[in-house]
Amino acid sequence: MNPKRPLRGWTAPRAGSVDRMAARWRALPRWLRWVGYLAIFVFAISLPNIPNLGDVMTPGSSWQRVLFYPISVYVLLALGLNVVVGYAGLLDLGYVAFFAIGAYSMAILGGKYGWGFWEVLPVGVGLAMLAGLLLGSPTLRLRGDYLAIVTLGFGEMIRETANNLNYLGGPRGLANIPPPPSIGHISFLQFSILDPKPYYYLLVAVIAVVIIMLKRLERSRVGRSWTAIREDEDAAQLMGVPTLKFKLWAFTVGAAVGGAGGVIFASGNNAIQPTDFPFILSATILAAVVLGGAGNIPGVILGAFLVAWLPEAARGFDQYRVLVFGGSLVVLMIFRPQGLWPSKIRAEELAEGEGGIDRLGAEVGTVRAQSGALDG
Amino acid sequence: MSEDSLLALRGVTMRFGGLTAVNSLDLEVRRGEIVAVIGPNGAGKTTVFNMVTGVYTPTSGDIVFDGNRINGTRPDLVTKLGLARTFQNIRLFDNMTALDNVMVGTHARHTSSVVGAILGLRRHRAEEREGRQTAYRLLHFVGIQGRGGTVARNLPYGDQRRLEIARALGTGPQLLLLDEPAAGMNPSEKASLAELIRNIRDSGVTVLLIEHDMTLVMGISDRIAVLDFGQKIADGPPAEVRDNPDVVRAYLGEASSAS
Repeated sequence: MNPKRPLRGWTAPRAGSVDRMAARWRALPRWLRWVGYLAIFVFAISLPNIPNLGDVMTPGSSWQRVLFYPISVYVLLALGLNVVVGYAGLLDLGYVAFFAIGAYSMAILGGKYGWGFWEVLPVGVGLAMLAGLLLGSPTLRLRGDYLAIVTLGFGEMIRETANNLNYLGGPRGLANIPPPPSIGHISFLQFSILDPKPYYYLLVAVIAVVIIMLKRLERSRVGRSWTAIREDEDAAQLMGVPTLKFKLWAFTVGAAVGGAGGVIFASGNNAIQPTDFPFILSATILAAVVLGGAGNIPGVILGAFLVAWLPEAARGFDQYRVLVFGGSLVVLMIFRPQGLWPSKIRAEELAEGEGGIDRLGAEVGTVRAQSGALDG
Repeated sequence: MSEDSLLALRGVTMRFGGLTAVNSLDLEVRRGEIVAVIGPNGAGKTTVFNMVTGVYTPTSGDIVFDGNRINGTRPDLVTKLGLARTFQNIRLFDNMTALDNVMVGTHARHTSSVVGAILGLRRHRAEEREGRQTAYRLLHFVGIQGRGGTVARNLPYGDQRRLEIARALGTGPQLLLLDEPAAGMNPSEKASLAELIRNIRDSGVTVLLIEHDMTLVMGISDRIAVLDFGQKIADGPPAEVRDNPDVVRAYLGEASSAS
């Protein structure tokens, strides 16, 4: 099927109307936009407290618990993976590994050695970044499919290591992971196993900080280099972009966000097991990024919300739940291949069927493309 | 080799398996010159560019740029040394704006990275400002002012060629390599391109170009090197090269007028 026009006439309204709204939004004065962001933040904070909302959203399970996991955890992970996949255009199928590294850092350092949450957080993030660097240094020289295969293997390695290492609890995992210390005497910041709400607030705060950081990166030398690499890696390098360095940064920044998610998840869950970090989680987060609109932060958040919430909302379908979920993903990809809310750039790349390695051929032909398409 | 030599190729050979694309080539570009490399299709011209910019490592021989031997140096490092290029088939970052395309070029001279951007450090802000100003100035210089906000692939063909030149100039090169800059242009576009290339040279950037359009080449070049089957068969001022019987034979197969 021509990806440009999947089923003509059936496509949802093209990004045009959204783009116009986005343009109008950007034209607003800075303070007014910050008021808008604040309103969104307040809305997010109030989500667990809106009466009866839970009955509508997740009739079969605890709305407040679902808001913590999977919804806000997925949102954070999707934001991190979006750096790798959406910005730099690198296909990472083992992203869950960084989430696991963060979670096991919390479980070991917090549960076994009695470290506090706020002490573990930077260490867990640091270890995830280190893992990203170690995985990336040899593998980011690969492109496309090869990178996907290697990262897939990495994700499995981490999980299998946890599964087979007694120190990491083996298949039974690790329990008695301490919660973060309560903040003051404010009732909604008293962390305990029983109440998922404080963890949700914590995650909303972390997500807000991450978004601000990512936005700053997006509009810098780093973000432009990532886009350039995604669009045409060879040309980027010939224009002075140290491609390996910035691909490594994409991996490391993504890993940091995944690691932070893992630390919070472990702390909020009290116990973790290797089965919390299956390949399907990597795939789900990737689906969230692609479905929402790779490269665009609001789109990615929307995608993560949907892939986290839909299976819960579909509990009414009982054993057909996953089928309904899968089916709705397929339908979405047919009618909206560029994602629900794509970044403008990515939408156009997909419409052209280009970007990255596809374009190397130019008029030279695909055989020479890999080795050097710069000839004529 | 003279003292003002900016780029020198000495006995450079490039073999791909059994194919010798470039054979023991000597070529020199002096500061402030416009030098053209011409030759029939498949003569090895673009291979020369690819070796000079670090895409290929020559099988043997030396490439010296500004006193440094640069054989096999990584392309981004070659660019940072002051050597930038354009492509025969336009290779812009199609879906980035014209301004961002040029800013990617200017970043070749910048050093701020992830930490600087996240914390908004002073150097990051200064480099952003410098990059933006330089980019606007270069868009103006190449004659596509006012198009900074346009996504590159929505630009007309001629403007895309100019944007590629602006992006390359953004890296702050001493030597600019243009790979068939006039390809696909009409006569009036070619005339203004010739003007632009002269302006680039007058701004202090040395130019080495590959071009098939003889009017353009003869009009702007200080020297012309002619390649045929990977060998240099002539090198000299335009008038001399035009009348060289070897050149005429390479192009037409027999004695006739080459221009």
